[in-house]
Amino acid sequence: MPTASTRNIALRLGAVAVGMFGFGFALVPIYDVMCKVLGVSRETINTQAQFAPGSTATDVSRTVTVQFLANNDGGMSWDFRPQQFEMRVNPGAMNNTSYYVRNPAHRTMVAQAIPSVSPPEAAPYLHKTECFCFRQQPLDAGDARDMPLQFVIDQALPADIRTITLSYTLFDVTGSATTADKRVGVAN
Amino acid sequence: MLRAQQRRRLMAGATATAALFTQSAVTIAEQSARSDENMRVGVTDISHRVYDLHMLSLWICVAIGVVVFGVMFYSIFAHRKSKGAVASHFHESTKLEIAWTVVPFIILLFMAIPATKVLTDIYNADDAALDVRITGYQWKWKYSYPKEGVEFFSSLRTPRDEINNLAPKGENYLLDVDEPLVIPAGQKVRFLVTAADVIHSWWMPDFSVKRDAIPGFVNETWAMVPEPGVYRGQCTELCGKDHGFMPIVVRVLPQDEFDSWIATRKEEAVKERELMAQTFSMEQSMERGKGVYEKACASCHQPNGEGIPGAFPALKGSALAMGPMEGHLDIVVHGKAGTAMAAFGAQLSEVDMAAVITYERNAWGNNVGDVLQPIDVANFKKGK
Amino acid sequence: MGADHHGPAKGLTRWLFTTNHKDIGSMYLWFSFAMFLLGGTFALVIRSELFQPGLQIVQPEFFNQMTTMHGLVMVFGAIMPAWVGLANWMIPMMIGAPDMALPRMNNWSFWILPFAFTMLACTLLMDGGAPNFGWTFYAPLSTTYAPPSVTYFIFAVHLMGMSSIMGSINIIATIMNLRAPGMTYMKMPMFVWTWFITAFLLIAVMPVLAGVVTMMLFDIHFGTSFFSAAGGGDPVLFQHVFWFFGHPEVYIMILPAFGVVSEVLPTFARKPLFGYSSMVYATASIAFLSFIVWAHHMYTVGMPIAGELFFMYATMLIAVPTGVKVFNWVTTMFRGSMTFETPMLFAIAFIILFTIGGLSGLMLSLAPLDFQYHDTYFVVAHFHYVLVQGALFAIYCGVYYWLPKWTGHMYDETLAKTHFWMTFIGVNTAFFPMHFVGLAGMPRRIPDYALQFADYNMLSTIGAFITGFSQLIFVVVVLKCIKGGKKATDQVWDGANGLEWTVASPAPYHTFSVPPQVR
Repeated sequence: MPTASTRNIALRLGAVAVGMFGFGFALVPIYDVMCKVLGVSRETINTQAQFAPGSTATDVSRTVTVQFLANNDGGMSWDFRPQQFEMRVNPGAMNNTSYYVRNPAHRTMVAQAIPSVSPPEAAPYLHKTECFCFRQQPLDAGDARDMPLQFVIDQALPADIRTITLSYTLFDVTGSATTADKRVGVAN
Repeated sequence: MLRAQQRRRLMAGATATAALFTQSAVTIAEQSARSDENMRVGVTDISHRVYDLHMLSLWICVAIGVVVFGVMFYSIFAHRKSKGAVASHFHESTKLEIAWTVVPFIILLFMAIPATKVLTDIYNADDAALDVRITGYQWKWKYSYPKEGVEFFSSLRTPRDEINNLAPKGENYLLDVDEPLVIPAGQKVRFLVTAADVIHSWWMPDFSVKRDAIPGFVNETWAMVPEPGVYRGQCTELCGKDHGFMPIVVRVLPQDEFDSWIATRKEEAVKERELMAQTFSMEQSMERGKGVYEKACASCHQPNGEGIPGAFPALKGSALAMGPMEGHLDIVVHGKAGTAMAAFGAQLSEVDMAAVITYERNAWGNNVGDVLQPIDVANFKKGK
Repeated sequence: MGADHHGPAKGLTRWLFTTNHKDIGSMYLWFSFAMFLLGGTFALVIRSELFQPGLQIVQPEFFNQMTTMHGLVMVFGAIMPAWVGLANWMIPMMIGAPDMALPRMNNWSFWILPFAFTMLACTLLMDGGAPNFGWTFYAPLSTTYAPPSVTYFIFAVHLMGMSSIMGSINIIATIMNLRAPGMTYMKMPMFVWTWFITAFLLIAVMPVLAGVVTMMLFDIHFGTSFFSAAGGGDPVLFQHVFWFFGHPEVYIMILPAFGVVSEVLPTFARKPLFGYSSMVYATASIAFLSFIVWAHHMYTVGMPIAGELFFMYATMLIAVPTGVKVFNWVTTMFRGSMTFETPMLFAIAFIILFTIGGLSGLMLSLAPLDFQYHDTYFVVAHFHYVLVQGALFAIYCGVYYWLPKWTGHMYDETLAKTHFWMTFIGVNTAFFPMHFVGLAGMPRRIPDYALQFADYNMLSTIGAFITGFSQLIFVVVVLKCIKGGKKATDQVWDGANGLEWTVASPAPYHTFSVPPQVR
């Protein structure tokens, strides 16, 4: 018969084990927090930025080159390309571009665009006020669309970052799509 | 008429390739010396610094080993009972513990400081003259020059017969591709690395560049290769069955040759689009289709079309390959969700797609008899 | 009162229902050895294919199953259960306790394992084959692109984890509560100390492994996106959570080895362990540091530079307490009066070869260098040096050291030395050349390679086969020792100290039913 002390130790260690199981799951939000703290947060590039044009001055003393890339995940057959490869912008100014997308399949499909920014340290300074990545994009068979993208580069962008590459990867989410707007990532 | 146009295209391609190959006689000699036992010095400033740091840390480790093992071997020799050694009883010394805590810590600083400097430089991919996007696929690489609008796949060129020991192995066995990445010498080139399915990793030992290719994310790294040459690397992250069969070849050209190469590629892309309007005969389609099949389909469906039971379906005698064209086109263009069959519509040109489907429908005794034309593929993709 | 009235039960039920730490220890050891031979067979399939360039023996799909299963079986089936077996046999005797604190849970901890590994081994026969994504099972290769057997793999991992956690709870409770009067913490043998610390590591990180495979399960079957970018997840998150477990895991595999060597050296040098308290603090430091270095397995994923540097510095720091331990061992030997029986041979080989593995680890810790080493055979060389010439050699060291205590007979010293030397030659022939091909550019986990790597690969394969067949000598030594041999005294080795050497050889079924007084 285990002594009271042994049972005590065993229960407490068991609780630690359960706690560590929970900690494993807690690592998921902790990872997001650590990314934010290290200045490479993905959270901001997936959420709509609140920004009114003209509310901050444009910094005309510097230009930043913003590049646009389009990728397809392996199972995705859509045509997907940026309207332009790169543009030179001033921090603080509102910029507009778009991505062209076309569904060549014989059925309605739903896509989700996932953004990725390089260098990762630039991510918190790229504010998107309008982006097709905020929601899933359904397209009927054969349809095509120009998807708008509107963004501002924060004036606080570190001086040593002169080129930002914004890359989108298109995934097929037809199987798991919901009828409602499905926001991806952390809600603003 | 068709043959003349095709011939012209082949000539353009052949000329470009010949130009590259005449370079190679000179450039192979400039390739960095390879060792069978040690890391390469490589051909970039970064790779030299990495090599130097590697040698420094190696020598420090050797020195530590020599000292520690030296004392041990001496002791094994001198302090053995059979030689009459009598055991002492000392068993602690705070001074010694402090000494052999502090001294190793200081030795570590001699490695940490140069390592920090090199790492900081490796991380600075700014102000590149050229951007190249590298996408890892199962099991090949795609290289694209987004500004120039040039894009192509790079697959293992080593014939399956060599791998299966039916033919003698060539010099660059498993390290040869059909379309190498081409970059200019003397310019900082930024690599934007991503993947289309699972995690891969792009490694160029001669540049000391390795970066994981992660689906949905883009990683950046860079290299500045001062001199022309041909350099080879491999995928370095387990990515499925042909992880060992997706090598990397980079051809570094002098700036002017690079400029003409990329201009040629841009032209070829335009010509490819023109070709789509052409018709091909059964013989032409079968010949081209066989080549495409071997590169893009045979690793799963096997050269004999019989697949691997339980894993990859046979195409020989298959209902799909011998049935209605639309079904066959659909599965090749769009893939099959939930299986390993990828959507090749995004990977093969219309010309190649038409050829390979024609081949599948007529090879191995399938003999369906129809020939698919590039324009049909283009129309299918457009939904017509 | 020491006489044992109730001997062990007879027949199969003895083993199924035993709560005796010696029985359970023996079962763990036999099980781990069987798993070692199974994992070793997978290794020989791998090395057979890699004997020459080209695909001769297996197809790449099956090769990936072999590398995966080899890693899983060796880590979770051979090394870890062997340590638990030694812990079960020796910890109660070393602290003067009659048995483990929770004997029935001890039985369950063991019997989970044969079930889990039978299930894992059966995946080889399933549709789509066994797990083929490496023992580190990165997503999405192990989620979206995995064969159907992945679900059984996840279940097996959960079972192994439960076994480890229960075993660790038992070890901690035993050490905390059942030490004989007078045995303070700072008087405990080093093997007990290292296992005490290892048990805390296990309780901390095995549940995190359980968490990560549960997340995989959800991604595969329940439509979540922990590791899939499409749904807002991140494949790199998988690596962080996995290695948060994975790095302490490798220290879990090596700390008990440090303990065994710290027992054996003083015995055969006839001199006390040098720096006992430093050894305890160094072990604790290593354990603590092991929690904050995990991302050195991930230097190439594209972490921000601040993270990369943090992990580099922390990893380099671990060299310090590890070095302290090596220096203390050497100083234990120095001015001793040494003899070189088989346990001592394994212990000395451990110190030399583990140090070589540790030094290659120091090179790997330098992030810019790791860009050239990562996922090459240089890494394979490093971890085989620390796990084979490290952990495995220490297990053999402990087994030979305590075998006379368990069986009552001295083992055949000549045969044992033959086993040692053949193994020594085999493992170094197998693994040292891997440093070279790795530096020369050969990646990991490939079934075929470029021609310049051929010679050293052939050499490695020869070494692997020598190693494999030499373990049969060990089987002969053990079986022969169980059956008979020169009668062993209580103390067995003339330099041996510790409570386990005060009981008879073979140790009676129940020892220390009355706790001894420790001065």
